[in-house]
Amino acid sequence: MPTIYLVLIAVAIVFGVSVLLISRKRAVGPADRSPAITVPGAPGPIPTTPAAVAEPAVVAEPAVVAEPAAGTDEGIEIFERPRFRDRMSKSRAVLAGVFSGVRSRSGITAETWDDLEEALLRADVGVRVTDELLNGLRARVASKEIADPEALLAALQADMIGRLSANERALRFEPGEPDEPNVWLFVGVNGVGKTTTIGKVGAQQRQLGRSVLMAAGDTFRAAAAEQLGTWAQRSGSELVRGSEGGDPSAVIFDGIESASARHIDLVLADTAGRLHNKTNLMEELRKVRRVAAKGRGRVTEVLLVIDATTGQNGLAQARQFGEVTEVTGVVLTKLDGSAKGGIVFAIETELGLPVKLVGLGESIGDLVEFDPTEFIEALFSE
Amino acid sequence: MFDTLSDRFDGIFKRLRGKGRLTESDVDEVLREIRTALLEADVNVAVARRVVERIREQAVGVTLSQALDPSQQVIKIVSNELTNILGGQTLKITYASRPPTVVLMAGLQGSGKTTNSAKLARWFKSQGRHPLLVGADLQRPAAVEQLRVLGRQIDVPVFSEPGDPVSTAARGLAEARRLGRDVLIVDTAGRLAIDADMMTQVRQISEAIQPDYTFLVIDAMTGQDAVSVAEAFHQTLAIDGVILSKLDGDARGGAALSVKEVIGRPIAFASTGEKLDAFEQFHPDRMAGRILGMGDVLTLIEQAEQAFEKDSAAEAAQRMMDGEFTLDDFLDQMQQLKKMGPLSGLLGMMPGMPKELKGAKIDDDDLKPIEAIIRSMTAQERRKPEIINGSRRNRIAAGSGTSVGEINRLVKQFSEMQKMMKRMGGMSMGKKGKKKMPMMPGGLGGLKGAMQGGLPAGLPEGFPDMPFNKR
Repeated sequence: MPTIYLVLIAVAIVFGVSVLLISRKRAVGPADRSPAITVPGAPGPIPTTPAAVAEPAVVAEPAVVAEPAAGTDEGIEIFERPRFRDRMSKSRAVLAGVFSGVRSRSGITAETWDDLEEALLRADVGVRVTDELLNGLRARVASKEIADPEALLAALQADMIGRLSANERALRFEPGEPDEPNVWLFVGVNGVGKTTTIGKVGAQQRQLGRSVLMAAGDTFRAAAAEQLGTWAQRSGSELVRGSEGGDPSAVIFDGIESASARHIDLVLADTAGRLHNKTNLMEELRKVRRVAAKGRGRVTEVLLVIDATTGQNGLAQARQFGEVTEVTGVVLTKLDGSAKGGIVFAIETELGLPVKLVGLGESIGDLVEFDPTEFIEALFSE
Repeated sequence: MFDTLSDRFDGIFKRLRGKGRLTESDVDEVLREIRTALLEADVNVAVARRVVERIREQAVGVTLSQALDPSQQVIKIVSNELTNILGGQTLKITYASRPPTVVLMAGLQGSGKTTNSAKLARWFKSQGRHPLLVGADLQRPAAVEQLRVLGRQIDVPVFSEPGDPVSTAARGLAEARRLGRDVLIVDTAGRLAIDADMMTQVRQISEAIQPDYTFLVIDAMTGQDAVSVAEAFHQTLAIDGVILSKLDGDARGGAALSVKEVIGRPIAFASTGEKLDAFEQFHPDRMAGRILGMGDVLTLIEQAEQAFEKDSAAEAAQRMMDGEFTLDDFLDQMQQLKKMGPLSGLLGMMPGMPKELKGAKIDDDDLKPIEAIIRSMTAQERRKPEIINGSRRNRIAAGSGTSVGEINRLVKQFSEMQKMMKRMGGMSMGKKGKKKMPMMPGGLGGLKGAMQGGLPAGLPEGFPDMPFNKR
């Protein structure tokens, strides 16, 4: 019996309170309170705060990405860049059969469309983007602009590349005063590979001749700081860590201050993995982001790390993290598995977040800049 | 973010109203929506196709009864089908006659193997067993250290040694025998399904320790790839059951359905939080509702049970049904509600919520002005808000830092709410309600029946007077 009471109470109160809040919001109007409030039921993506979109630094001062310094050559020698095609072989195996089926037909039939739809859906592109892509092509086939399967595949490929071409993908490093380190913050859900990504980025940046400090802001997961410490040692980076269960903002702030004092170029700040629907943990992260901007350093990248095997939930992740931490780019890890990473289409087009790095393997050199053309060609090739 | 299946159906069934029977083409349209819902929940394309075909067989020729809402009828078919797929035989752990019972944990990198190894150890402990954890993930830096820390937290010993993972696992088994531990849980390195070397390694570990159970840990957020992952591991290892991790996120978790359908092994456990005790046996019926985006009432109930003080809630509920619910009770319940977690999360779990509420962004801070208003009232005003006149209003507004308009709105909303609660009370007590909640013996059990398939017994229709419905 008490259970019934609880349910009634919960339902009634949740409902009542929500109605109250919404009617309050309507009445009070948009000028009031936090800017993130959107009209309930409004279509389309929830706009992030303006600050998340504006990237003034790029225009004002060309970001130095790959320094043509002596260190660079050395770096290239050590990290031979893997090809998407080679590393995504498993992804191709799944899709190649579908595409060869499409090619083998003499015309464009109903099965052609079914095959293409299936291929895109299996690549985790998602129902919405798939429909958009295919509807556009259907119109062009109907108007006789596209006549044969080969042209159809080429057009699809071009459309998909077109969807990914708009964004600036280089990691932003702005050289400044010696006591003003760049700060790159890494966020994401649990188990996507944040710490490993930091380790690899750190090693690569060291190869570029930059001094690096890693701040172990993951104070929650057991032994996360040890894991980062191993990476710091391997790459010859400094490490700042706090106590387990301590305040991550404080650890990262200390890291930035310490980097500033020691004239270190770049701070890579780790954070604990968290699910984006946990309000309290996301608030903690909001604080981390705020505090990181308070020190002597400048936060030039906030990178959301996403596992390439993630399905449609990836969009929700990008939206939530984007809103809370002003994400500047995405790192797509583990693309060398059988995953195809199709969720990047929804993330890039709906949220305008560029994919900056992809992980194509276990070694340090396997974390490379995202190349949409290569990525899509790898998906399509046989 | 996604429309629920019932939202999708609304449009279709509006046109179908008045028809006595679903025709083939009606069914096609409905099935397309079901397919989209499944795909958006990350159910594998091939699995979705098979499921939709099975639903078609059941749905064609369904007689549309006038009394029952046809969309609910179809939803019930879908939900039952999903529950059947997810459910079936459950995994019952039989302990080895010659201990230890050996459990091997496998999965992709980052799926949560190490954490779930510890959670499973804790679960075995709660069953009166004495587990030993073995850290055979020598790949990821500090993985063993992580396992040791977790082992300390749950007071379970951890064995590991540097070197070769296969011999570490074998030594772990010997260690368990020596120490007389009756369950052995071996955590292995994460791997990508394609990595032949790593797959060979985990097979060698499996051959060395001859596990009684091999669990595959799958991330609830996994997309289409879940199927190939599961197939690859199943071919190599013969999986006995699946552990679904990160189910406390907002992913629909279609991966669970796909994996169950493809390898035919039950989902044994689900991990539902960061804490080590957030680990439970899997509930197929809840998962079906979740995949269809129909809310998760049972989880809501559980959260409520934890957060609410039973006595005061029962009292408040009684007063609520009698129409004697005061602003004091409201304030009190609101405080308890906050303990259940963020409001927006709760809203997501409630089935049948109007769209305006589902999509709304609600910040818990928005509750503060409401609390301030109520706290600025006298005891008498809280009991009888109707006595609040112009001068009282001014005083309350000044005291709470709000405006007279806001106070008016609160009072008005509150009286609407009171009416609504009274009606709900009548309904559930079965006095005159058309739709009684079957709630007789066993409380929760009865409710489970009522909520199965996410059918909120008359919930959305129960709130016709709320202001936004009039808009």
